[in-house]
Amino acid sequence: MGKKRKISEINSSSMADIAFLLLIFFLVTTSMNTSTGLSRRLPPPLLKDQVVPPVDINKRNIFIVKVNSQNQLMVQGEEMNIRDLRQKAREFITNEANDVKLPVKTMVNIPLIGEIEITKDHVISLQNDVDTQYQVYIEVQNELVAAYNELRNELSKEKFGKLFDDLDEDQKKAIQAVYPQKISEAEPKNYGGVK
Amino acid sequence: MARIRKDTERETPELSTSSLPDIIFMFLFFFMAVTTMKEITFKVRVSPVLATEVQKLENKSLTRYVYVGKPMEQYKKSFGSETRIQLGDVFADINELETFIVSERSAMNEDDQNMMTVSIKADKDTKMGIINDIKQTLRRAYALKIVYSANKDIRNQQ
Repeated sequence: MGKKRKISEINSSSMADIAFLLLIFFLVTTSMNTSTGLSRRLPPPLLKDQVVPPVDINKRNIFIVKVNSQNQLMVQGEEMNIRDLRQKAREFITNEANDVKLPVKTMVNIPLIGEIEITKDHVISLQNDVDTQYQVYIEVQNELVAAYNELRNELSKEKFGKLFDDLDEDQKKAIQAVYPQKISEAEPKNYGGVK
Repeated sequence: MARIRKDTERETPELSTSSLPDIIFMFLFFFMAVTTMKEITFKVRVSPVLATEVQKLENKSLTRYVYVGKPMEQYKKSFGSETRIQLGDVFADINELETFIVSERSAMNEDDQNMMTVSIKADKDTKMGIINDIKQTLRRAYALKIVYSANKDIRNQQ
C-alpha cells in the first residue's frame, strides 16, 4: 500500500507584501499626467547671408493678431476680446461672402472632395510682445486652432458624415487641403510698452 | 488576575486573506497602465497652461522636454527667484539649450532624428520673452517640431 505523501503548499501569505511593495514602488516612481499639448512647426532658421525675399502676400490675405504686454489683443487693427477671436478667424479663413477685404478665393480640385473654392493663400500672423503672459499667448493659439478644428469638423461632417478625427488618412488629407493650418509666429517685437 | 470568561474564548473564523494578493496585483496593473515613468524631478515650479484643443503626444521616446518656470522654494537661495530653464535634472542657461538639443538628437537613432519633438513646459505666468528666446534657439538647432505642453481645459467646454 502506497503511502500518500502530502505535498506541502507554498506559503503565499507573503505574496500580498510583495505585491504591496511593487505597488508602492510604481506609485512613487510614476506620474499620472499624460502629455498633451499644442503642436507647432517652427520655420527653418535663416542662414547668415540669406536675404529674406520680400514676401509677396497680398494684404487681404494676412490676418494679424497682436498681443501686447498688457495681454490685450489687437486683431486686424482693432482691439478685440479673446472670446470673439474664434469667430473672426473663421470668417477670415472661409471668406464665405467673397468679401474683397478677406482673402482671395481660388478654385481647386481636391481628390475625394472635388472642385471647391478655398482661401489658399491666407496666413494668420501671430505677433506678441516680450512681456506677454504665456497663458494668454497659448489661449490665442488655442482659439486659432479651435477655429480651424471647427471648420474641419464641419466640412468632414458635410462630406463624409464623420468628425475629422474619425476619418481615414486620405480623407484627412483632403480636409487638410481645404483648411490648411497656417499660423505664422513672427519674430518678437516690442509693442506698446516702454521698457 | 481576572479570569477570562469562557464565552469570549469562542473562536471567530479567520478572515481569509488569500485573495488579497490578487486585489493588490489588480491595483498594481492598473497603476502600471495609467501612469508613466516620471521624467525628472522638477526644480522649477510649472503650473501648466490650459487649452481646449490639445492633442496627445504620439511618441514619448522622441520627445525632449524644456521646463520653464520660477525655481522652487528650496532652490531660490542659490538660483534666485527669476524664471529659469530646466533641462533634464539641472538648471540651464539659454545658451546651453542648443548643445543640449544637438547632443540629445545625436544620441538618437538616425531614422528618428528628424522626428524629434521638443515639448516646452512653461509656467502660465512666464513672460513670452524667454519663450521667444527658446524658440529662436530651437530654430537654430533645427529642432522645428515643438509642442506647447498644455493641459486639457475642462472648465468651459461647450
